[in-house]
Amino acid sequence: MNKLPLIFVGAFLTFLSAWIGLVAYPTLNLGDLQPLPDEETGGFLPPTTSGSAVAGQKVYASSGCVYCHSQQVRWSPLSTDIAKGLGARQTVARDYLREKVTYLGTMRTGPDLSNIGVRQPDANWHHQHLFEPQTITDWSIMPSYRYLYKTRKIVGQPSEDAVQGLRGPNAPKPGYEVVPTEDAKNLVAYLLSLKRNYKLPEAPEPTEP
Amino acid sequence: MNQPSLLSSLHPATEPDTLDSTDRAKIDASTRLPVLLFFGSAIFWLLLGSFLGLLSAWKMTNPWLLDSMGWLTFGRLRPAHLNAVAYGWAAPAAIGVGLWLTARLCRIPLLHSKLLVSAAIIWNLGILVGICGILIGDGRSIEWLEFPAYSTPILFVSYALIGIWTIIMFRFRKPGHIYVSQWYLFAAFLWFPWLYATANILLVWQPVQGPAQGAINWWYAHNVLGLWFTPIGLASAYYFIPKVIGRPIHSYYLSILGFWSLALFYSWNGLHHLIGGPFPAWLISASVVASLMMFIPVITTAINHHMTMQGHFEALKWSPTLRFTVFGAVAYTVVSLQGSSMAIPSLNTITHFTDYTIGHAHLGLYAFFTMMMFGAMYYIVPRLVGWEWPSASMIRWHFWLSAVGIILMVSALTLGGLLQGLALYDVKSTFRSSLEFATPFRYLRGVSGFVLMAGQIIFAILFIQMLLKLGTPKKGPALLGKPDDATV
Repeated sequence: MNKLPLIFVGAFLTFLSAWIGLVAYPTLNLGDLQPLPDEETGGFLPPTTSGSAVAGQKVYASSGCVYCHSQQVRWSPLSTDIAKGLGARQTVARDYLREKVTYLGTMRTGPDLSNIGVRQPDANWHHQHLFEPQTITDWSIMPSYRYLYKTRKIVGQPSEDAVQGLRGPNAPKPGYEVVPTEDAKNLVAYLLSLKRNYKLPEAPEPTEP
Repeated sequence: MNQPSLLSSLHPATEPDTLDSTDRAKIDASTRLPVLLFFGSAIFWLLLGSFLGLLSAWKMTNPWLLDSMGWLTFGRLRPAHLNAVAYGWAAPAAIGVGLWLTARLCRIPLLHSKLLVSAAIIWNLGILVGICGILIGDGRSIEWLEFPAYSTPILFVSYALIGIWTIIMFRFRKPGHIYVSQWYLFAAFLWFPWLYATANILLVWQPVQGPAQGAINWWYAHNVLGLWFTPIGLASAYYFIPKVIGRPIHSYYLSILGFWSLALFYSWNGLHHLIGGPFPAWLISASVVASLMMFIPVITTAINHHMTMQGHFEALKWSPTLRFTVFGAVAYTVVSLQGSSMAIPSLNTITHFTDYTIGHAHLGLYAFFTMMMFGAMYYIVPRLVGWEWPSASMIRWHFWLSAVGIILMVSALTLGGLLQGLALYDVKSTFRSSLEFATPFRYLRGVSGFVLMAGQIIFAILFIQMLLKLGTPKKGPALLGKPDDATV
């Protein structure tokens, strides 16, 4: 192989073949996937999400949640994801239409979050958990996200936003309260929006788990 | 030296000018400044990046560690670690070795080294901005593409300069044989900008709709290893193994087969990271098949290197370059076969989402690529600074700390990952047990990080001694086995 043009053309074509298959094809096909009309509510599937939840995606990214938490339920019987309760059905391409960036993830150091909004619908629980995870689950290795919260002295009436029922070494002293920053509120709104339990024709629930 | 100007070098009407000097020393000397700049900065980022990795490793076992500051949270340290070692260490090391090999194999002194010096400075600026961006919370959380959108254009400018330089070098090379290392270098320098541009445009600058992103993400992330780091690592092995033992590569035809099968199959591998994920089944199947087909280039290259070494394994005792390079070449075979096996869906369903994958990544980037780069540097640096490595025993320490450290790390992550994966798979097992199975192995991994860093610090000290020409002048090169009577 002493001809540079030969090496160039070969390297170009082999690479191009995969570029067409793995980049151009998904971009063209999945890139203009549309939501389905929801006949029951008159809305769409997947449902539209609030502005706060969209803003929360950025906090999810900047905090690096994706490095420990996946957001995908694999199909049965390839995996036991459904049997282990990660979701009632597998997740499919259309489920990610509302995501600016899809955080499919490659690690399950922590549990999968595809349906965390179904499993834990309580915002205060999420705030307690993010503030000091070990006060909820003592064996958890999730780091604290206290930097998304402010501890401040209660002046007059306690704040409506204040996180309730905090325990542990960093819990506020009497006369003090912990309030979430905008980032923390948005992050929790995003987590609560993670509910892939609506019905899509392309993803039927398996009849036997 | 009468160099053509930058414009005339690029102008298509210019006839390639064959230069008189074929003197190897002269060529080596011409690469001195840019290559040392790339190597020096690479070693700096290796130390810093490894430290970030070590800190993230210990945070996994001790989550309370430095947990009150946002910029030191695990979710930022981990991508900062990956990007610092991948783009701060591995890429500049690859570029440095690539430049030096290109100059030697094109048989001409470096043309327009100012392009490269600027490229090295701009590249490091881009890395610095990118790492700080991740730590202050601007990271994108797209694996392997975490750098914020404001830092990647800097890297592009730098890479454009390197690309232009590569074209010029190949254009003005001495006519004649194109050596196998050059195929890999040429292809890698062509593929990387294509990869990086596609991924940045479609995922960072003008993101495509969510459902399509995962495919592009993993096409990129797998190919940046397979079609950028791997070819340069192999180019290095194809050059240094025959060079040190003084005999040609075993088979020219195996080299050809290895190269083309790698180009074809590796590029299709990416979607094995998404088995079971929300993508068309045929795409994922294509990647699984391509991953298994990787047996062909891997076995071919392994046979070719082994047969070249046949009868010369003695040289491993004394040559630092060969010792690191052969360690890297063996690791390449192991990591590639392991990678192919991990694409088999029934195994993947266990190992996916666990520390097993992290072990695989370190086997590839450290045991294969980093060791290969260390080996190349042990050969190249003395020829650039005109000074021999000051201490054979420090090189020995560097080798053994690296070898023991990485074997410990990969074994711990592999075993821990398997147990973790089995617990995650077993319907009767709880999530808690997946964590508890992995924990002791994560402590071991944390320990192995210290061992690796100790080796790196020794190497950094050696490198600084070389730059400053410290130690007593030596008659011959620093050899490992026979330190006193070496005359080779």
